[in-house]
Amino acid sequence: MIYRRFLDVPTWRFRSPFEELHRMRQQLDRLFEDAATPQQAVGAGVFPLINLTEDKNRYFIRAELPGVKGDDIDIQVTANNLSISGERKIAAEEEGARFHRREREAGSFSRMIGLPGDIDPDKVDAKLENGILTVEVSKAEAAKPKQITVKS
Amino acid sequence: MADTQSKELKVREKQEVTGPAEQTTTGLVFTPAVDIFETEKEITLLADMPGVKADDLTIDLRENTLTLAADIAPTDDSDEEKILVEYETGRYFRQFTLGELINQENIDAKLNDGVLRLTLPKVERATPKKITVKTG
Repeated sequence: MIYRRFLDVPTWRFRSPFEELHRMRQQLDRLFEDAATPQQAVGAGVFPLINLTEDKNRYFIRAELPGVKGDDIDIQVTANNLSISGERKIAAEEEGARFHRREREAGSFSRMIGLPGDIDPDKVDAKLENGILTVEVSKAEAAKPKQITVKS
Repeated sequence: MADTQSKELKVREKQEVTGPAEQTTTGLVFTPAVDIFETEKEITLLADMPGVKADDLTIDLRENTLTLAADIAPTDDSDEEKILVEYETGRYFRQFTLGELINQENIDAKLNDGVLRLTLPKVERATPKKITVKTG
């Protein structure tokens, strides 16, 4: 009896550990597939979705926030982080309104964005135009690219 | 407590237009999210169209088909370099078939903060006329 068990252990061990891992992974994948909402989350999966661009001196953070008022948006910056939070309100319609479709959603949002370089927290501009929020952040002096001339 | 706190918004990917007819021009076309409701007098449509200016929006009502189409101004005219792109921009297009007769004269459209509010007043139905049959 002892002899058999002794033999069993190595055979179990010799089953490729990778195979075991692979099987576990497949099971986990299946689990997550079921749990995932029909609409797959994109990017960081946090509302609002943002586009980040840069030029030599500034970063531009854009987000689509239709129907959100400037007063309802709160933007905060630290050395290289930017947080955008706020609330999208949809006013209640008059009583007796019968809805055919209701696809627009109201609610609160909060997102932290890590910027690739240091910024100057004193030089931040934000504007809301046609439902698009644009935050313009100046780069810190140290983070700006410097032109270096090659002496001949 | 739970009543006063609003729920958190979830990310929703913009829906691209899928239709039998292909677009002749290149570029992405999205369907705007809408709310539609009706009251006794009118049908109201609210559509999220971020980035659209009033001049770029076309609303057309023809034979019960309401068409919303909008162009957006391209933003890539500057020398900005993309670091992270989570959403795409493009035109908007959506069509609806209306069951009710609409008073075309009094359609009202407002565009505020990227949200279109379209009011379509219903035609007041003529009061049914009673026809008496005379006996000869």
